[in-house]
Amino acid sequence: MAANNIRHALFCAIVTLIISFPILGLSLEAKGVNITLSGAKTSTYVAIVLAAVAVFVFQIFRDTFMGALGKLPNLNPLAGREPMEQNKRVKLESWLLTGIVVFALFWPFLVSRGSVDLATLVLIYIMLALGLNVVVGLAGLLDLGYVAFYAVGAYTFALLSQYTGISFWMALPIGALLAGLTGMILGFPVLRLRGDYLAIVTLGFGEIIRILLNNWTTLTGGPNGIGGIPEPTLFGMEFGRRVKEEGNTSFHETFGIAYSGEHKVIFLYLIALVLAVITALIIRRFMRMPVGRAWEALREDEIAARSLGLSRTAVKLSAFTIGAFFAGFAGTVFASKQGFISPESFVFLESAIILAIVVLGGMGSQLGVILAAIAVTILPELAREFSEYRMLIFGAAMVLMMVWRPQGLLPVRRVQITLNKQG
Amino acid sequence: MQDLLYFSQQLINGLTIGSAYALIAIGYTMVYGIIGMINFAHGEIYMIGAYTALIAITGLTALGLAWLPLILIVALLCAMLVSSSMGWAVERVAYRPVRGRHRLIPLISAIGMSIFLQNYVHLAQGSRNIGFPALIEGGFNFSADGAFEMSLSYMQITIFITTLICMTALSLFISRSRTGRACRAVSQDIGMASLLGIDTNRIISATFIIGAALAAVAGLLLGMYYGSVDPLFGFIAGLKAFTAAVLGGIGSIPGAMLGGLILGVSESMTSGYLSGEYKDVVSFGLLILILLFKPTGLLGKPEVEKI
Amino acid sequence: MLEVQNLSMRFGGLLAVDGVSLDVQEREIVSIIGPNGAGKTTVFNCLSGFYKPTGGKVIFEGKEIQGIPDYKISRLGMVRTFQHVRLFTQMTVVENLLVAQHRHLNTNMIAGLLGTPNYKEREQKALDRAAYWLERVGLLDLANRDAGNLAYGQQRRLEIARCMVTEPKLLMLDEPAAGLNPAETKELNQLIVSLKEDYNVSVVLIEHDMSLVMDISDRINVINQGKPLASGTPEEIRHNDDVIKAYLGEA
Repeated sequence: MAANNIRHALFCAIVTLIISFPILGLSLEAKGVNITLSGAKTSTYVAIVLAAVAVFVFQIFRDTFMGALGKLPNLNPLAGREPMEQNKRVKLESWLLTGIVVFALFWPFLVSRGSVDLATLVLIYIMLALGLNVVVGLAGLLDLGYVAFYAVGAYTFALLSQYTGISFWMALPIGALLAGLTGMILGFPVLRLRGDYLAIVTLGFGEIIRILLNNWTTLTGGPNGIGGIPEPTLFGMEFGRRVKEEGNTSFHETFGIAYSGEHKVIFLYLIALVLAVITALIIRRFMRMPVGRAWEALREDEIAARSLGLSRTAVKLSAFTIGAFFAGFAGTVFASKQGFISPESFVFLESAIILAIVVLGGMGSQLGVILAAIAVTILPELAREFSEYRMLIFGAAMVLMMVWRPQGLLPVRRVQITLNKQG
Repeated sequence: MQDLLYFSQQLINGLTIGSAYALIAIGYTMVYGIIGMINFAHGEIYMIGAYTALIAITGLTALGLAWLPLILIVALLCAMLVSSSMGWAVERVAYRPVRGRHRLIPLISAIGMSIFLQNYVHLAQGSRNIGFPALIEGGFNFSADGAFEMSLSYMQITIFITTLICMTALSLFISRSRTGRACRAVSQDIGMASLLGIDTNRIISATFIIGAALAAVAGLLLGMYYGSVDPLFGFIAGLKAFTAAVLGGIGSIPGAMLGGLILGVSESMTSGYLSGEYKDVVSFGLLILILLFKPTGLLGKPEVEKI
Repeated sequence: MLEVQNLSMRFGGLLAVDGVSLDVQEREIVSIIGPNGAGKTTVFNCLSGFYKPTGGKVIFEGKEIQGIPDYKISRLGMVRTFQHVRLFTQMTVVENLLVAQHRHLNTNMIAGLLGTPNYKEREQKALDRAAYWLERVGLLDLANRDAGNLAYGQQRRLEIARCMVTEPKLLMLDEPAAGLNPAETKELNQLIVSLKEDYNVSVVLIEHDMSLVMDISDRINVINQGKPLASGTPEEIRHNDDVIKAYLGEA
């Protein structure tokens, strides 16, 4: 038994050496036309050896380690308590969410412009994650190409503004509807596909959209993207220093205050906040309506759902369409925020990030998704010195989360309904 | 005659790439067939194989070795070793702990692993692409008094032959060896196989290792063929290989081979006759079309759900 | 009400169902029995639209329905349960019943979002109907429990309740007594009879529990290896030599 353990530990340590030494220890350097191999810093070699040793030790004492880890939850003072009673919990959640929204309304006036800008990005991700949650979390459809709908929303605004000078407020519903339509179009060919086939096809679809955007230069500007996307106005008042559109007035002039770059950033933030709240509320309503229940039924057991009269086509299409619709919202806001968009922003990695947010937050849980969106967007900003390692850590974090707590930060609890006894 | 030559050229190019895709696709299809999950990090395993091969080649040439076959074989073995180890490690760390849970969880874990590995190599070796020496040069040329000269390079022949050898070896392994039989048993009914005393964990690890080794071969071959490597090219290749696997019917090894070839040829034809930029669009379009009419792929077994 | 003529279902080389005919009248309990693998569930699948029969006709209330997809047949008033209980396990008991009433609800999204009177009224009616049936099968206290957390017997009852809230005309039960203990089987017996008598539902039953079958069936059809073997009242079937031979083999 002990001998086996040592053999196994040795094996693991050797594997660690094999996978780290060539890649980390020997770096390829291109000198002109030639390539040479050079050694790495001594510290790297030391780190590799240490890693191997650590793996060895861990494997030898694994049982003890795992046992100790198992006891850790007992340190959590909340662990033993009964889950809160449903009604209290719902009330608490509502208060918490309302509190967050109220705080969010006043917060931007107190902090720096950069923070507000970042917060707007968080709100965009929240919208995206809530929308994807409909498709993946509620309806159980593995969509890996969600970023395509996001792109449709953004590019609709960009193109419309380029060719017709349309305003943000007009573009918003149009972008969302067009994105929703795209969702429906995507839904049709994938109706009969099972889980993983669905994943790869949706991924392919996302890639197709990105490639089209990148190469259809005459329409979309190709890799250079489209610029000059206008910011939203407030009843015809623009937030820039000087008025760009004829017939518009300028915000700071109308109210007789000094111009500040903050105005437009805060305004966009507030719009994003309102849209995010609307998204959350609508989807929350859907979850308690027949359409939401139908999504969940489809996810739970498609055969049973069909046997009760639910049309697989209608349910799947509605999930795709509505999910895509909200991505369209997010896309329009994003386009306005950046002022400029390019296919770079709509790569598969974005879909992966949004999916990660949905899963991390606990599929179906709105509060969880909000927290996860904040975490995923803000944490990398906080650890600026590690920005090189940002994606590395993100990938590792995804794996760790799945291994450790796959149900997400706040797994969803079901709605409890009171029934009246019938006669 | 011109047109025939041009067409044949596209065909040859397509089959070449397609064979390499098939090698990578096998990794996907074997893993899916056995544990029903998409190994998203497989493309990165291929990329690591390519990098390792390059490192080995560079090292060996620097040491003064000159005999090409030896260099290639050693590089191949190094690449296979590192890739297999990586594949084994990835399975143990990211997939085994989450096996059997709701489908999304291993998928996210795999995507996370893929991102991790991409950045691992990026940080270790830099993000710019590095040139891969074209060690096998030359070939046959055919021309028929026209402007177009069709070429069949030695590199392409090498790819064909290597792929053929690998496929044959794999088929023999699966059908004759004990482990191979166990692989088939586990992919058909994992519960039953374990009841019969098969160490399913071992077999699953073996599957990952075999898939990784084949990906490493593809890494060396395509690295030489394309002439460069970079940390992100595994993702694209992986995606294409996975598309090939799905096209051919995921879970079916002959399907992976067929899917790879079809994908390679369709890409090459699109490049040759339409535009290089849209070849991926055509590949995915092809996939969607096939799945519309045959949702389980060309050679996939139709899944009859027990009602 | 239901007439099945010469139904056949072929899977490639295998003829799973071969020339099965049966009929079900109003307010009748008809059982389909036969040795394992006889093709009984396949018959159900054909009748409920999950399979498209390769031959024969299925006529429900005068209309030919063979080949019509599953969800449409359900909407015509013919619902079924499954051999292995198929509940929406992550949803609560009540939610399961609400999903079943999808067609009776106002599914218009705008109406739902705005909370129109019609929408609210229908939701309430659905809740009342759910409450009624939960009480009827004794699951009212468990209304907010996740369906996956119910005991097996309770899950079976929930499945039947879920069918009944759709207000069906014909109920098809696939081995409803499988895995139930004698007390639960007796309850099931009473429940099925009550469905016929009090709610005017006809029931088609696949069962292996002979005492249940003999007790509640008005008529029995015996199928063996996909082919119809015998058909008649419980008395007739009990004494039918072919049936006895099929179950027990040659003496």
